[in-house]
Amino acid sequence: MDTTLHRALGLTDEEADQIRTILGRPPNHLELAMYAVMWSEHCSYKSSRIHLRRLPAEGERVLVGPGENAGVIDVGDGIAAAIRIESHNHPSAIEPYQGAATGAGGILRDIFTMGARPIALMDALRVGPLDDDRSRWILEGVVSGISGYGNSVGVPTVGGEVVCDPTYTGNPLVNVACLGLLPVERLVLGRASGVGNLAVLLGSATGRDGIGGVSVLASAGFGGDDDGAKRPSVQVGDPFEEKRLIEACLALLDAGLVVGIQDLGGAGLTCATSETASRGGVGMDVDVSAVPLREAGMEPFEVLTSESQERMLAIVAPDDLEEVLALCGRWEVRASVIGRVTGEGGRLRILDGFEGPVLADVPAASLHEDAPRYDRPLAAPSAPAASPPAAPSIADPGAELLAMLADPSWVYRQYDSQLFLNTVEGPGGDAALLRLKHPTTGRDTGRGLALTTDGNHRWCAVEPRRGTAMVVAEAVLNLACVGAHPLALVDCLNFGNPEHPQVMWQLSECIDGMAEACRALGVPVVGGNVSLYNESQGTDIDPTPVVTVLGMVDRLVRRPPGVALEAGTTLVLLGPHSSDLGGARAAARATADGEAPGPLPTLDLALHAKVAALVRRLVADELLVGVHDIADGGLAVALGEVVARSGVGAEVPGVDDPGVLFSEAGSRVVAVVADHRVDNVLALADAADVPATAVGTAGGDRLVIGGLVDLDVTAVAAAWRDLLPAALGWR
Amino acid sequence: MSLRVGVVVFPGSNCEGDAMEAVEGLGAEAEVLWHGEATTRQVDAVIVPGGFAHGDYLRPGAIARFSPVMGAVADFAEQGGPVLGICNGFQVLTEAGLLPGALQKNRGLKFLCTTATLRVDSCRSVLTSGLAPGTVLRIPINHFEGNYTADPETLAELRAEDRIVVRYVDNPNGSLDDIAGICSSAGNVVGLMPHPERASHPLLGSTDGVALLQSFLDAGGAPARSTTPGGTPERHAS
Repeated sequence: MDTTLHRALGLTDEEADQIRTILGRPPNHLELAMYAVMWSEHCSYKSSRIHLRRLPAEGERVLVGPGENAGVIDVGDGIAAAIRIESHNHPSAIEPYQGAATGAGGILRDIFTMGARPIALMDALRVGPLDDDRSRWILEGVVSGISGYGNSVGVPTVGGEVVCDPTYTGNPLVNVACLGLLPVERLVLGRASGVGNLAVLLGSATGRDGIGGVSVLASAGFGGDDDGAKRPSVQVGDPFEEKRLIEACLALLDAGLVVGIQDLGGAGLTCATSETASRGGVGMDVDVSAVPLREAGMEPFEVLTSESQERMLAIVAPDDLEEVLALCGRWEVRASVIGRVTGEGGRLRILDGFEGPVLADVPAASLHEDAPRYDRPLAAPSAPAASPPAAPSIADPGAELLAMLADPSWVYRQYDSQLFLNTVEGPGGDAALLRLKHPTTGRDTGRGLALTTDGNHRWCAVEPRRGTAMVVAEAVLNLACVGAHPLALVDCLNFGNPEHPQVMWQLSECIDGMAEACRALGVPVVGGNVSLYNESQGTDIDPTPVVTVLGMVDRLVRRPPGVALEAGTTLVLLGPHSSDLGGARAAARATADGEAPGPLPTLDLALHAKVAALVRRLVADELLVGVHDIADGGLAVALGEVVARSGVGAEVPGVDDPGVLFSEAGSRVVAVVADHRVDNVLALADAADVPATAVGTAGGDRLVIGGLVDLDVTAVAAAWRDLLPAALGWR
Repeated sequence: MSLRVGVVVFPGSNCEGDAMEAVEGLGAEAEVLWHGEATTRQVDAVIVPGGFAHGDYLRPGAIARFSPVMGAVADFAEQGGPVLGICNGFQVLTEAGLLPGALQKNRGLKFLCTTATLRVDSCRSVLTSGLAPGTVLRIPINHFEGNYTADPETLAELRAEDRIVVRYVDNPNGSLDDIAGICSSAGNVVGLMPHPERASHPLLGSTDGVALLQSFLDAGGAPARSTTPGGTPERHAS
């Protein structure tokens, strides 16, 4: 057979054979292009699907689990929350501003496709070290893109992460999560039904941008000579178009004018038409000549696979069409009938004019559901050396601490974090906390929703299974610090090349670790995204599962204590003591190759649940002046951050082991307690079976930790405040 | 009967719901004034809210000023009705010529979302009539183009007529003379970059915006300062 075309489109010879079997004939060029995008790794999850099944998806509040555009949770009072996270790693590596902007745009459409109004974005960013020119360019571009798009589209960005590490130098990670709210009764799914109903394309005209985005770009690594040539595969965003599209779609749903609705994301029209038809068990005729185009001369395969942004597909009864067009007109949103729901045995037919020649004719479900599923070979790395490596020596703990402090406010001040008057705790804290108001009546429920985004590539590189469990545990503890209990988790699994057995082993282990932690902590996984082929010059990134966990505060009457410190208070360590430097950032920095040593500290998930419950109780009962979880950088960084943010000093005596300073063992927080409440807090911890120790006091103008650290508060604050803007040349 | 506040909505506005929630929290009734309709109906006060009207394309406010509703807002202002432009609304009011000067990109060339400390410097505007001069307020800002500028004559006039309503204590964006908000000669049209509605609930960290919005609503409830003889509330007839 002629192998050049399907290989150029990213299909293997075996996949091309399978298409031929499905159709009973050789596919034409258009059909091949449609299969190529739908069977891409990005759209089909062909390498990860068999593993993802092991994640626990059930929970009594779960209304919609994985596999739809977003997970949906019942949050009470007739309100449902839709949540999703997605990566836009490869586009952001090539064109940071538009890559990140369209990442935000795409995740928003996933949310309002469910009938939900998007109310919050979170972004988790990972780039190379900032002494690298290109990494600085990527970070500035990505932040500008999220700022430019998110602010203008009118959805606040309430939190996120910024991590700089050499593992991301050639392949940055841009993960964007979105939360939306809807009245439970408005929940809609992307389904076509009702033979004779119309498929109406809403929003932007279709251009040549983003063609092959999912196959050429997102499903292959970097490092070849042709990376620059991939730029046309990056889409270009228009937040003003998206804003009007959100308002028009929500108005259509409010008015009950659509049967089903689906966003156009990866794989464009091919994906939206085949998924709606396949889920609804119907067929669809699509008139390619009815699609409004940005430029003349576009080939049908370009129209069908373009990833032009800000488009939605609505399924509408013919009698409602006039009203739909009028409502779209009010919001200045283009609306064109481009398809019809048919009963033709579930066939997706592409026509040139509804009565014109048939350009493609395939079973809709075969694009959506028949993609190959690969059980790719797994291989654990060779066994570690018989004796564990000697503990790295950290020569100057004070300098080490200063080097690890970084205030992310240079990033988040560029984002509107307050729109909708919900933001009780914005970016910069352990978790974001939002007032929960009814999405249509605006009635305040008196409760709150919390969001956190967490990842730690160092832990996951050392031991992907336990590392991922630690990431989930950290997220749950972050929620506890604002008083919230977890409701649901969505994950973004950023890994290297799945054709490398070690990467598949990492992915499989990570999923098992996530499943263990989620089961133990009672958190269902309601959706996710898998981003593979994160590699550069043949080197895979460290495994980087990123989780976003949604939580709830049952009674929100006061702002949580936050990362705060007041003179004259006592510092209480809640949770176990540890000096274990396995996987710790300070240990990695002290080794020649920058790799963190293993194994990871133990994680007792039963104890972890108790610690989280205790912290929630202490926050709810207003017994804390401040609270901060211990994670990246250990106790030292936790203390450094509370000192830097408050400008108040602290003294923690009796520490002479750098391991105690920098261990990243989980299940631990620093609680700041007024003196007269210390006994109360210790008694509650004792009753909860949680270790608790008064370790120090707050006050003065120095941060003193045993004989290891003695720093002026202003030096701590300056190091924290200046690191990011100075590295980027803004200070 | 409670006060009626009209909140202008352009395509791309996004703070209209927040403005409505904040004034409703103070007992007013809020309703949308659609950009394509040349009327302010029977409202007692008008808010032009924040957001990105028409995507801020070309220049913030440059397209919105041509909306049919803006003619009605100008008439309403002319007749003494209280008009408040917040953030993008301030930009729209300057583009529409209802307030002098212009808002350019922030000095730091970055979008800036943070809480600013403001000082009330004039109490002759509808926004500040209920506050004492020198009152210090903590109010969020959220803008890319908030750097106020005007020619020297305009600045001299604003100062001479006591029309600089609020100033930044620690100028975050390079605004001329630390200006955060100004008013018209008559004091009934006010524009400011900070968002008083974002400081309207204890859970949001500040309630300093409430006194400003309350002053504004009180002005809407007062007899209209009509420019026509007899002082009838002419604006209700339009």
